[in-house]
Amino acid sequence: VSAPARAARAGDELALVDLLDRLLAGGVVLTGEITISLADVDLIRVSLRALISSVQTLADARDAADA
Amino acid sequence: VTGSLTYLYAVVPAAVTAPQLPGVDAEAPRALVEGRLTAVVGSVAAQRFDEEGIAHDLEDLRRLEVLARAHHGVVAALAEDGPVAPVRLATIFRDDDGVRTLLRERAEELTTLLERLGTCREWGVKVWATGSPAPPEPAATPATTTNGSPGTAYLMRRRAEREAGSRQHAHGTALTDRLHAELSGIALAEHRLALQDASLSGRREEMLLNATYLVRREDEDAFRSTAGADGDEGIDVVCTGPWPPFSFSTVAGP
Repeated sequence: VSAPARAARAGDELALVDLLDRLLAGGVVLTGEITISLADVDLIRVSLRALISSVQTLADARDAADA
Repeated sequence: VTGSLTYLYAVVPAAVTAPQLPGVDAEAPRALVEGRLTAVVGSVAAQRFDEEGIAHDLEDLRRLEVLARAHHGVVAALAEDGPVAPVRLATIFRDDDGVRTLLRERAEELTTLLERLGTCREWGVKVWATGSPAPPEPAATPATTTNGSPGTAYLMRRRAEREAGSRQHAHGTALTDRLHAELSGIALAEHRLALQDASLSGRREEMLLNATYLVRREDEDAFRSTAGADGDEGIDVVCTGPWPPFSFSTVAGP
């Protein structure tokens, strides 16, 4: 009974990885005086920090659910 | 900080209307027309989307996910209707005038970009190595090993395993290179993304390719059947998409 749910959740996580691959590195960069100043470097840095600190949380959640 | 800021999702041709679905702050996206271009924007709470607020969102994966999915939702809806130039996640202006100024200043390059992208869509292809056997060893293990000590036999066995492993790796890499070349031949442009971390992808096998391709609508069937051709033992291919052309929306060109 739990197998389909596990597959669906794994699918969601995969999609998020693929989404972030594109959203954090893609898209037209339009910056200037008039924008909130989030430099590319800053965006990538903070996002990576979020990913790194969350990896273990995700892995723990997955292991707990699989157990 | 009070009031609202203007969040920019994408730039589209002038005739396009904003999609009817909630944006990154649950707001209704709207269209700002400036000459031949339209910016699809949303009014978002300054408190949440100023520098401090947005940095907070980007540092938390759960919040980042909500932001990313909402941003993607608006852009993907626009992509269904025609050409779209997605804008980088979290591009936020003080007000609408800022967006209008930018559209005027960069009208030429944005128009060129939209013409180049047309209705092409982005397709992702990820390849992992599998445990399938590589081609057989070219030569048998030399008979002399039987004369060696148990320690030598162990080392020889380990070396044979390593060699089999590296042969398998070379086999997978060759298949992947061939697939990438075939797909690139069909696509208008290709871009290699960083290989995904196993803990994020949830797959323990070695990732051999994480690439994304800009494909014309009329070539999508050929592209997908090439990516989905299941004849290759030794690699596992996963195709994702269609995506709005996020990875090909640099104003610098292909």
